[in-house]
Amino acid sequence: MEAAVFAVGAVICVAGAAGVILNRNPVHSALSLVATLFGVAVLFIAQEAHFLAAVQVIVYAGAIVVLFLFVIMLLGVDRSEDLADEPLVGQRPAAVVVGLLLGGVLAGTLSAATITGLRSVGGEADDGTPNVTQIGRLLFTDYLFAFEVTSVLLVIGVVGAVVLARRSGAGANVDADEEVDEISSRDSEPVEESA
Amino acid sequence: MIAASTVDPAWYLGLGAVLFSLGATGLLVRRNPLVMFMCVELMLNAVNLTFITFARQLNDVGGQVVVFFVLVVAAAEVVVGLGIIVSILRRTPGATADDVSLLKG
Repeated sequence: MEAAVFAVGAVICVAGAAGVILNRNPVHSALSLVATLFGVAVLFIAQEAHFLAAVQVIVYAGAIVVLFLFVIMLLGVDRSEDLADEPLVGQRPAAVVVGLLLGGVLAGTLSAATITGLRSVGGEADDGTPNVTQIGRLLFTDYLFAFEVTSVLLVIGVVGAVVLARRSGAGANVDADEEVDEISSRDSEPVEESA
Repeated sequence: MIAASTVDPAWYLGLGAVLFSLGATGLLVRRNPLVMFMCVELMLNAVNLTFITFARQLNDVGGQVVVFFVLVVAAAEVVVGLGIIVSILRRTPGATADDVSLLKG
């Protein structure tokens, strides 16, 4: 049973990943990415990581890819990229060779080595409690510091996004503490509500 | 209870290796900054799959917590990265990765 699930998930993953690389249109690449993310979520479920499978679909497919698509639509860069256009001669074949070498090294490591490492003594995955409970307990005990640092990271991310996305040009910038004539005049003369 | 794995974990790790290589290749081959970003997401997902596989193999939830952190970092990275891409493309429409060469010596 698990073999069938793995086979289907693996095919979806690899096909989606190939689609991301080979599609000329960025929108199609983003949709192929969704396929890969769903395939990975299926493989998460096959390996008993139910909470992360749900988070994978919600955060990745639901938020990140939508953000990608939003940026593609916003900027109108959904024109096709000419894959035959080579600014650096021979860079693409070299890149493919490097990718194949990387895959070969990883696969070679996999076939030559055995899985080592200590089995868990404190956070067993099969102690009978639900997956979410286990992750939550570990998150707020052993990984509490990392969790707090994550919140700092998210705040920095929000501030960075606002700073970067702000249109920096004359007239477009309005400081928060600066008096804006239109707004203050509008406040002083409230519009009569018609009954 | 965790059911006994009927699929050799090496298969999952192999799939992770294939996904990572595909992502790395795409990152090197494509010129569109958005597609390059998607390839980075592919590589992150390959690593996540590897973490989950080891978490199951070693019967340790810690691996799943690490994947949780990777998800958060990926989300923050996408927000900042897309902000940078938006500001670059707003300045120079249709820019590719080759056009961003201000630091070239």
